[in-house]
Amino acid sequence: MNRKLCAVPRNNCRLIGAFLALACSAAAADTVYVTLEKDDAIAVVDGATGTRTRSAKIGKRPRGILLAKDGKSLYVAASDSDAIQVIDADTLKVTGTLPSGEDPETFAMDPEGKFLYVSNEDDNRVTVIDISARKAVKTIPVGVEPEGIAFSPDGRWVVSTSETTNMAHWIDRSKLEVVDNTLVDPRPRAAAFTADSKQLWVSSEIAGTVTVIDAETRQPIKTIPFKIAGVTQEKVQPVGIRIDPERRYAYVALGPANRVAVIDAQKLEMKDYLLVGQRVWNLEFSPDFKRLYTTNGLSNDLSIIDLGSHKVTKSVAVGNYPWGAAVRP
Amino acid sequence: MFRAGIAALALIQADGAVAAKRAPSPTPQQTQAPAAMPQPVDTLTLAYLGQQPLASVTPPFFEPVVTDRGIQGARLGLADDNTTGRFTRQSFAVEETRLAPGEDAEAAFKRLVAQGRRMILLDLEPELLRRVAALPEASNALLLDISSRDDALRGESCAANVLHLLPSRAMRADALAQYLAKKKWTRWFLAVGPAPEDRLFAEALKRSAKRFGMKIVVEKNWEHTFDDRRTPESEVPVFTQGSDYDVVLVADEAGLFGDTLLYRTWQPRLVAGTQGLVAAAWHHTLEAWGAIQLQNRFREQAGRWMTEVDYGAWLAVRAVGEAATRTKSLDFEAIRSYMLDDGFALAGFKGVPLSFRRWDGQLRQPVLLAQERSLVAVAPVEGFAHPKNELDSLGYDEPETLCRAKK
Repeated sequence: MNRKLCAVPRNNCRLIGAFLALACSAAAADTVYVTLEKDDAIAVVDGATGTRTRSAKIGKRPRGILLAKDGKSLYVAASDSDAIQVIDADTLKVTGTLPSGEDPETFAMDPEGKFLYVSNEDDNRVTVIDISARKAVKTIPVGVEPEGIAFSPDGRWVVSTSETTNMAHWIDRSKLEVVDNTLVDPRPRAAAFTADSKQLWVSSEIAGTVTVIDAETRQPIKTIPFKIAGVTQEKVQPVGIRIDPERRYAYVALGPANRVAVIDAQKLEMKDYLLVGQRVWNLEFSPDFKRLYTTNGLSNDLSIIDLGSHKVTKSVAVGNYPWGAAVRP
Repeated sequence: MFRAGIAALALIQADGAVAAKRAPSPTPQQTQAPAAMPQPVDTLTLAYLGQQPLASVTPPFFEPVVTDRGIQGARLGLADDNTTGRFTRQSFAVEETRLAPGEDAEAAFKRLVAQGRRMILLDLEPELLRRVAALPEASNALLLDISSRDDALRGESCAANVLHLLPSRAMRADALAQYLAKKKWTRWFLAVGPAPEDRLFAEALKRSAKRFGMKIVVEKNWEHTFDDRRTPESEVPVFTQGSDYDVVLVADEAGLFGDTLLYRTWQPRLVAGTQGLVAAAWHHTLEAWGAIQLQNRFREQAGRWMTEVDYGAWLAVRAVGEAATRTKSLDFEAIRSYMLDDGFALAGFKGVPLSFRRWDGQLRQPVLLAQERSLVAVAPVEGFAHPKNELDSLGYDEPETLCRAKK
């Protein structure tokens, strides 16, 4: 197959014809949307070629970002606009807002794509938003400074981490109440479930660790520390986590250590550290899980990691303070 | 006047709406405490004893007068502890005692101990703190010094029962020296104010100069008189004239003259120390590492910016809360020994875990180097290594400590 041909953007493929379109989907072109915290903007990157194609101004201080279930819209937490904005993924126009509560940063979506669960850092709550009704339907009290939030793929749990309380709060989705809490290392940031919903991974920013928790017992299985030769321990600040669907590898962004940790997700052992841009915060897979994108807050770029070779293949300048990324097939 | 009261937020607001005073989100319902979550069963009551010193220099008219320093930080730390406590069946309270100038702090302290308080936050002048710590009543208490920066309290006159939450003068001076060394601004003009504290900070700066290879070219004392004919325009150029140096280091903790040095020196020179570039435990310019969240929560509660003493009090209450969470205990000895343990890791919004130095009870922490509207650097400055913990490149390290009581 001609790889070069397949590097053309998706829309062009359609024009070329059905055969080529099929070939191209096998090579998996994708579109990466990156929020730019200090530009009040969103940047669009062609994932296959690693080029920035365009940017657009959106709400103030955009951070968390998710693609809607139908792939047509993006949800972006515009923190200083105190709203989650709905953005047309093709035109990048803001088409609506969702009532997120004050200063939204991160949020998660249920597997059906109908509700958003938003961390309200200043209010010690999680707000549940009905997307189609554009209404907040419930607030759930959690610990001090809720930060990371994750949905279990089986739809049973919503987990909220609180940075000052140092816990993962287990919200039973059917009751919308906290039913259990797991104490983790100081300043928990991100949370991520494995694809089988059996494990929850939580990163702790100032402890420099990731805790793997058994979802059935809500007890920690293992705490994984990060030690990088030549990097002082204070610089190791784990934030974003992504785990591949087969749970072969987990990837953890290590903030100002400028590296992504590669963990053997079966043995729960460190495998490698990949050097990326400065202050790497968040990670996202390409839809075919062949690439990993990293947002690097201080070097203003996106690193692209080839997951077959575990090599950083490219860095793409995107704008000021890239925060989060969402990927559309 | 003696004022006392108990702020027990958790008991009043056990439904978890501790932060509900904030403009509510557009939400139709407020969830009650989850049924599966048992109500708090145990309460630990801390005490707060504060006697704010009278300002020796009238603050400038544009600076807001803070009459509730420290206590607001303690209240916020308490709210944070109690939010966590809802999930751990622990609740906390702080009994507040704030003394007017001249009131007997030792008597007030004895009363608190008689009421069974053993974890006590203190905002007292160093000499008074030393006397209180030496009282027989204090021997079974843990005193949390939330305001002093005095090196002697951490050194030759240290006490086994005291922990210090804010950086010492030596730590602040080392922070400045590290940064100036990095900039290669190595020749210092040292300007020392008339207060005894200014002399102490000048001594700390001299110690730092020696440690980091700086040279004090000139040292001059600023004499204070009430002579109207002395104006900054006429005095400062003359005061700073006569030799060459890279930077003026000023020791003027009360703010008597330091600000008048800027832009008035004989040669164009920068000012650092207690004015100009300052070394601070907390600063309104700090937003990184989630600090903006603490800044916002504090301002929401107190209606003003967080002062250093507020930060010290917040740290003290959080340190106790963190130890209680981790040990799952409200027992005095369990909490005390966990706080002093090497594994203790307090999140203080400065990017690294904070812990107490065993040798002098000082909380090891980064020191902020800031000017009014910009955070310039955070010490330890990159490149100043330490075999155990880079934070211990600031202040008196274990081999240097003059504290005997802790050993």
